[in-house]
Amino acid sequence: MGIVLATLVVVSLAALLGGALGLAAVIFRVEGDPLVERIDAILPQTQCGQCGFPGCKAYASAIAEGRAEINLCPPGGEAGVRALADLLGREFKPLAGDGADKPKTIAHIDEQQCIGCTLCIQACPVDAIAGAAKQLHAVVPQLCTGCELCMSPCPVECIHMQAVPAARPWPYPVFALKQENA
Amino acid sequence: MQPAPYSFPGGIHPETHKALTREAAIAPAPLPAQLFVPLQEKGRAPGRIVVRAGERVLKGQKLAEPADALGAAMHAPTSGEVRAIAPHPLAQADGGEGLCAHIVPDGKEEWTPHAPFDLQSATHEAALRHLRDSGIVGLGGAAFPSHIKLGDGHQIHTLVLNGAECEPWITCDERLMREQATAILRGAQILAQLAGAAEIRVGIEDNKPEALAAMEVASAGQANVQVFSVPTRYPAGGEKQLIESLTGIRIPAGRYGPQYGVQCFNVGTAHAVARAIDHGEPLISRVVTLTGAVRRPANVEALIGTPIADLLALAEPENNVTRTLLGGPMMGVALPNLAAPLPKHGNCLIAASDALFPPRPAPSPCIRCTACAQACPQRLQPFELYWFAHARAFDKLARYRLFDCIECGACAWVCPANLPLVDYYRFAKDAIRTQERERRAADSARERFEWRSFRLAREKEEKAARLKARAAETLSQMNNEGAPPDAGSADKQALIAAAVARAAAQKAAAETPPPPTEEPPQP
Repeated sequence: MGIVLATLVVVSLAALLGGALGLAAVIFRVEGDPLVERIDAILPQTQCGQCGFPGCKAYASAIAEGRAEINLCPPGGEAGVRALADLLGREFKPLAGDGADKPKTIAHIDEQQCIGCTLCIQACPVDAIAGAAKQLHAVVPQLCTGCELCMSPCPVECIHMQAVPAARPWPYPVFALKQENA
Repeated sequence: MQPAPYSFPGGIHPETHKALTREAAIAPAPLPAQLFVPLQEKGRAPGRIVVRAGERVLKGQKLAEPADALGAAMHAPTSGEVRAIAPHPLAQADGGEGLCAHIVPDGKEEWTPHAPFDLQSATHEAALRHLRDSGIVGLGGAAFPSHIKLGDGHQIHTLVLNGAECEPWITCDERLMREQATAILRGAQILAQLAGAAEIRVGIEDNKPEALAAMEVASAGQANVQVFSVPTRYPAGGEKQLIESLTGIRIPAGRYGPQYGVQCFNVGTAHAVARAIDHGEPLISRVVTLTGAVRRPANVEALIGTPIADLLALAEPENNVTRTLLGGPMMGVALPNLAAPLPKHGNCLIAASDALFPPRPAPSPCIRCTACAQACPQRLQPFELYWFAHARAFDKLARYRLFDCIECGACAWVCPANLPLVDYYRFAKDAIRTQERERRAADSARERFEWRSFRLAREKEEKAARLKARAAETLSQMNNEGAPPDAGSADKQALIAAAVARAAAQKAAAETPPPPTEEPPQP
């Protein structure tokens, strides 16, 4: 009799808790993959496609699903790879390609040559180019991410990348400590 | 005169070295051979330049309009010819360049027309605009535009006038108070009126008895002015420290004085305000202390844009000078290039020799002795900040209130391990600000990219719907015209046949030359 009662209690407890868990899974369901959002937050959002994926979000989901390496994003630089390695618990890898951090550049349209074809406007992933058909186009420098996607569609090659004047951050202090027996 | 009613914690007592220049009356500096007037304040965007190279400018003529809300105008300090508007080294620790107007004075000192500003009949906005157009910025060191600090004229109840001048070596504010107390108080009254402040509290360190007396005498009969003597202790003249000493109000990082009903102005700023309102003169000169290892220490009234080397030459530096400091020894910066011009916030030039400023001994490791925490006037824990900055743990630094640090250098001064603590804080602040800026840019790019993707998808859908609707319309037209009502592929065939017929008609029309009269007029 004791065995039957105990089994009953355990079975009903299991049913109750299982039901509660199932209910919670339905009620508190998380839409989308939060990991993708967190990876996307690390990526620099240049939307340049240098990783081989159409945009940062696509690359983020590829990383989350294990379809892509974490070292494919040149604009994110080494710091970006380190942040991704930290987040995902993966090993740090040097950047794919030549691996050098490039200085930030933004696109500039040569006013003398632009013919107003709107091809660059269609190519810009972040709507940073203003203009209309047969009107002079201009890059809004504050919005340009420097992805270079507008350069190749231009039929008159009037778009050039210009270096942004480098900020001069205060350097990390480096000094020799006093040696005991010096 | 009365002692300050409140106090602040920490602080240090460095040797003041003020005796060198405190009896040196302010003398006008001779007109330099050339001037390089900076067209931006430190760390801000250059203004909109309103003169051209080759143009002759008059003394007080506007060179640049403020480019954004956080700007003030720049003016020609004397009459002469603008030779060029080009990048020139600025008086900064990093030796960075900025746009400067290179002016060669003609020696005539010919003023542009200017007139006193009628404060009584002007609106609040017009008065603030006049201050902005007169280029009035804080002369105490931050060079923050004064018209922004005044707010909307309702929030501030107490105006704190900063004559503490706590940094060693500097005496320019002391000399100004002793010589121009009436004008300073006139400027303070103007500022108080614009801020809507009922009360003015003047704070002066008690090692300047003559300045205290002069301000006391000048304020006699002005019921809303109180002069307080503040105990001599660096950094008593820090904005937050003086406000706390005189009113008991503590302002945290990221908040501004008006939110607490109080605002602080330097005595030099008040003097410049009086000149701008009562005489219509823009801010084109300031008092500079020339001191250190020099034969003739002095206080001079120098034009903004005078090359630092020219100013220093007036004081005849000794041969053993190794570097030049702009500002005091605690918060000032060593200048890498003496061709840089005097900025509006340049209160002092110190010719530093190894005898006066011995090189810092080699640092040893931090042992968390907490001497720095006892010296910190901002109630921070500098050793924790140091460790986190050292480890680049930026998220922790925010929790330890790094941005409350005023970089006064008291912690580094007391550090028995001789660690360059302030360098670490500046590095960490810069790195955090850069990170924040990049994150904001990335967020904006992400938002724009997502909106664009959404828009492209929507346009595609709309186009498909439109085409479908038009096909249906053509089909129903054909049905009405008597074609057999067929279903499925027959519909499609009929549509294609109709389109082919339309294209053929268009081609035929294009081949026959249109009559010239129908051509639209060419614009």
